[in-house]
Amino acid sequence: MATAHAESTTQTYDVLKYRKDFPILNQKVHGVPLVYLDNAATTQKPLSVIEAENKYYREYNANIHRGVHLLSQQATKAYEDARVKIQKFINAANSAEIIYTRGTTEGINLVAQTWGRKNVQAGDEILVSAMEHHSNIVPWQMLCEEKGAKLKVIPINDAGELLMDEFKKLVTSKTKLVAVTHVSNALGTINPIADIIQYAHSKGVLVLIDGAQSIPHIKVDVQALDCDFYAFSGHKIYAPTGIGVLYGKYKLLDAMPPYQGGGDMIASVTFEKTTYAKLPNKFEAGTPHIAGVIGLGAALDYVSAIGVDRIAAHEHELLVYGTQALSKIKEIRIIGTAAMKAGVISFTLGEIHPHDIGTILDKQGVAIRAGHHCAQPVMERFDIPATARASFGLYNVKEEIDVLVTAIQKTLEVFA
Amino acid sequence: MSDFSDLYQDLILDHQKNPRNFGEMTDANHHADGYNPLCGDKLTLYLKLDDAGTIQDIHFKGSGCAISKASASMMTVALKGKKTAEAEHLFHEFHDMVMGKIEKAPEDLGKLKVFEGVKDYPARVKCASLAWHTMEAALHNEKDVVSTDDGKGMEG
Ligand SMILES: Cc1ncc(COP(=O)(O)O)c(C=O)c1O
Repeated sequence: MATAHAESTTQTYDVLKYRKDFPILNQKVHGVPLVYLDNAATTQKPLSVIEAENKYYREYNANIHRGVHLLSQQATKAYEDARVKIQKFINAANSAEIIYTRGTTEGINLVAQTWGRKNVQAGDEILVSAMEHHSNIVPWQMLCEEKGAKLKVIPINDAGELLMDEFKKLVTSKTKLVAVTHVSNALGTINPIADIIQYAHSKGVLVLIDGAQSIPHIKVDVQALDCDFYAFSGHKIYAPTGIGVLYGKYKLLDAMPPYQGGGDMIASVTFEKTTYAKLPNKFEAGTPHIAGVIGLGAALDYVSAIGVDRIAAHEHELLVYGTQALSKIKEIRIIGTAAMKAGVISFTLGEIHPHDIGTILDKQGVAIRAGHHCAQPVMERFDIPATARASFGLYNVKEEIDVLVTAIQKTLEVFA
Repeated sequence: MSDFSDLYQDLILDHQKNPRNFGEMTDANHHADGYNPLCGDKLTLYLKLDDAGTIQDIHFKGSGCAISKASASMMTVALKGKKTAEAEHLFHEFHDMVMGKIEKAPEDLGKLKVFEGVKDYPARVKCASLAWHTMEAALHNEKDVVSTDDGKGMEG
């Protein structure tokens, strides 16, 4: 990617060119051009990703790690090459620290069910934040219930920022793990995870980062951060659904029991005793989502060629523009006004229910999310049932925000 | 485009702004709670049935989107004074209408026919039918919260 990298520092951000890479964007819905502003839910896929999956099925579909035939060797190579791409993308020390999962949810459950069941005991505490997605709450609740451990919650302020002093008070000798999101999907807040990790480590506590929302927007270096686990989903970074990654430090992963038993995760099996395979295979039982892995590799190539930093800068411009434009509508209340934010704007509109906003916007071609964003505790914290949420991706343009604003005004007219 | 009158008809907007039979009822002899996890709509439905099975009074309270609120409000108006069998009958007709299972809305639904447009908004069918499912649960005195996402195949 040497040429692509050089390109990324010298060229201007040609968003119109990038848009053309996403076939789905060039269409009308309800007779008007699609304005896709639901990127925090899932991103669209560039042609290179679609074609990488397509090519696998057309030209070298085979199972991996078991065939001696050519197609199997090609598939295995593509599958393992992608692992190295991911390793480089998040700067992991070792490609064996990259475990393929179905997504963030499975990655977190994997840690809860293996590391957690082995290391968490009655009376221990696990710390999450008040802005977590349900997938970084429920697996820990299940573990705590099983073990008689306690789930504690780091509170947030009215802007949607973690209260770091409270966090420090909550880390005690009983704390076993801090599990926090890097970026909140409901509020857009970027959490100071480097500080969190540093503090937790100073107390001997491990840290899991939910990277679902940060991976497409922030350059992540797991070694610099020194996080113990980092989970993300392919589909939020322009890759297919059904594929994700759990990063874990080698020593931790190596000491953890397997998650699921089956083929591919064993070194040898007899009815008396099974010895498990080495990392990463120990955690990859069964035939994986090979096409998805290949698609994820292609997506990371695509994103790297543009440059995550440049994408982040573009999205930040959209965030600033969008925040200003929406703030001019007096009925709008933006939920989540942290100083450090990713390209997510959650809002309420007077008394109009977000679901009604979503329907009326949809009719005008604007796709946003309306609901509790799988973060009901966040909604409770702000005393609202739901929000409408616009979230930006690398292909969005300011004109689309203008369409959003017009569509919101129309919504106000309907309910006037 | 930009025509929302198929869904957000004036009558619906009026009921969502000024819901009828809204608020708790102290002399109810049947009640049930309903919940739509998709949009967080919550409502409690109260019924006062006499021995002959006539709905003497009906109220609801709760919060939700315009469609669910208007649907609850218009349902209470439609059902007051009706026999429970009639209520069940209307429930099934309403359900079939919003699910798009029947060509033309049955005449006896009366004003409730304004919800016919819902069938073109699959994401909103649950909003329109929540109050009705809850009413049915109240008739049968079901204790569990009625959820539009309870895995019982309550698709609308
Ligand atoms: C912050 C956060 N965590 C976790 C998840 C779960 O991701 P997935 O559903 O891909 O497993 C999401 C997705 O919505 C998210 O936004």
